[in-house]
Amino acid sequence: MSGLGNNASGTPGEEKGASSMLGLGILKGLGVTLRNFLGSYRDPERLITVEYPEERLPLPEQSRAFPMLIYDGEDPIGGLRCVACKICEKECPSQCIYIVKDRDARGRPMKRPKIFDLDISTCMGCGICAEVCPFDSIKMDAAYERSAESRFERLLLRKEDLAKPNAYYHKIHPTEAAEADARLGIASPEPEAPPEGAPEKAA
Amino acid sequence: MDQLFVNLKAWAVGLFPQPVQLWVSMAISAGAIVGVFSGMFAFATWMERKGLGRFQNRLGPNRVGPWGLFQPVADGLKMLIKEDIVPRAADRGAHFLAPLLVVTPTVLAYAVLPMGRGMSAVDMEAGLLFFLAVGGLKEFGFLLAGWSSRNKYALLGALRALAQMISYEAPLVLAVVPVVMVAGTLSLAQIVELQGFGESGALAHWMAFTPWGAVGFVLFMIAATAESNRSPFDMPEGESEIIAGPMVEYSGFKYALFYLGEYMGLFAVSGLGATLFLGGWQAPVRFLAWFPSWGWFFLKLLFCLGLFIWLRATLPRLRVDQLMGLAWKFLLPMTLINLVGAGLWRWTEGAPAWYWEAARWAIGLGLPILGWRALSAAVFRPRRRRRVYRFAE
Repeated sequence: MSGLGNNASGTPGEEKGASSMLGLGILKGLGVTLRNFLGSYRDPERLITVEYPEERLPLPEQSRAFPMLIYDGEDPIGGLRCVACKICEKECPSQCIYIVKDRDARGRPMKRPKIFDLDISTCMGCGICAEVCPFDSIKMDAAYERSAESRFERLLLRKEDLAKPNAYYHKIHPTEAAEADARLGIASPEPEAPPEGAPEKAA
Repeated sequence: MDQLFVNLKAWAVGLFPQPVQLWVSMAISAGAIVGVFSGMFAFATWMERKGLGRFQNRLGPNRVGPWGLFQPVADGLKMLIKEDIVPRAADRGAHFLAPLLVVTPTVLAYAVLPMGRGMSAVDMEAGLLFFLAVGGLKEFGFLLAGWSSRNKYALLGALRALAQMISYEAPLVLAVVPVVMVAGTLSLAQIVELQGFGESGALAHWMAFTPWGAVGFVLFMIAATAESNRSPFDMPEGESEIIAGPMVEYSGFKYALFYLGEYMGLFAVSGLGATLFLGGWQAPVRFLAWFPSWGWFFLKLLFCLGLFIWLRATLPRLRVDQLMGLAWKFLLPMTLINLVGAGLWRWTEGAPAWYWEAARWAIGLGLPILGWRALSAAVFRPRRRRRVYRFAE
């Protein structure tokens, strides 16, 4: 309140006149905190804390964490949309993608990756790979609980870890996934229940 | 029930042969004080964090045990297993001694507090004087801590702490003087006795039930907040300005000792406030007198503690000059005015008619209110000075 604040700084008081008795503002402030104190017991809505491991806030549709690879059909590796064109590898600013093209018995390159590694210890989640992919193959996952106990485990994702079904993509980003399906000219998978809060924990 | 602990102690002392009984009695009292109030320290940290959370619409600690009740245990363990670092340039002896010097006087102060009917460790004739004198010793601890650390922030914080504690000692003592004046004794046990029900009457004669007592209690609490370095007067710590003041170079259990000292001092001064103004272990009204006396004392102590927590949750920290201004320009004159009010009250005791009594109340209430208004207008009036920028052009 004005009392103490005006002592030395000389700012024009927010309270005018001599009616500002020292301590009245303090009483007002005490009233505010008391209302909070009692109100937090009466009305649990006031408590803004989200107790994270037990409670989660629903993720917004556009939320993204690390990339994933989409596959169609049942076979995670055989159904990958990725053709190993290496555009994402070249575009990646943090160079966390490593791709080796698969070759057939005669040594001719095939339209699928032999190795697709993603180092999420360097990935910054910028989403450029998903933007540049002409085959709608690499997309951003929303699973964010990716902590590991050491520097060398669970941080290098192989293509088996990255492969996610199209249905999962529909679940976390429904609008985007429908657009991608329209571009590719494939039927969307059966619509599931809309995303509820957090996506499932990634393996 | 009321004399449970007194009888328990008498029984325990009786188990020993005559020559050592005095020593055993002292040891039991000291042990009980240290044990009970250290336990209360743990509880108070929990209560404070939980309360502060609620004041800010948060949950507060809720992970360790039911309602986070074991949080102090976790904190204590953490403090214990931390590395105890002493700076190379520090004066090792003084550095080690400082936290002890902060804790010991605060524990000593409990010796004279009557925590129930006949429950003071030492029933000293000049108990109040002893309490205030011992409370003043704490300042050496802070100075020593700041000086021995060889750290500019520590030294600065220590000097700030010293300035603050010395400044606020004056209003603290002067706020207490009216009680002594009216009671006519320095013995805390006798002051509490005086605040009883008398021969008849349903309401106890607490000092806080008189106009000067109520004002005195408010002034005492303000000064006590500053004296125990609590927010909003926590200048010595001043995290944003001087990191943690005198405690910068302390870690581990020595750091915890400073907090122990702070909280012990807080309980002691709360207990003193309850003893002097809120009737000590006396019940407020006669039909509640069945509740054990020590229960009342601790309830009042918790009440004062709650006030401190509430204040901390509400007010931001003061600036140094504001702090000093409040002590010397406002609190000190207020206590003097209150002294006059108490004198008038005492002098006009036993008024013959109801209108005399009414006039007495009017004067008793009017004097501090007028004084308060006049002082806040004179000392803290907004000064509208034109700002002159001398070097800006």
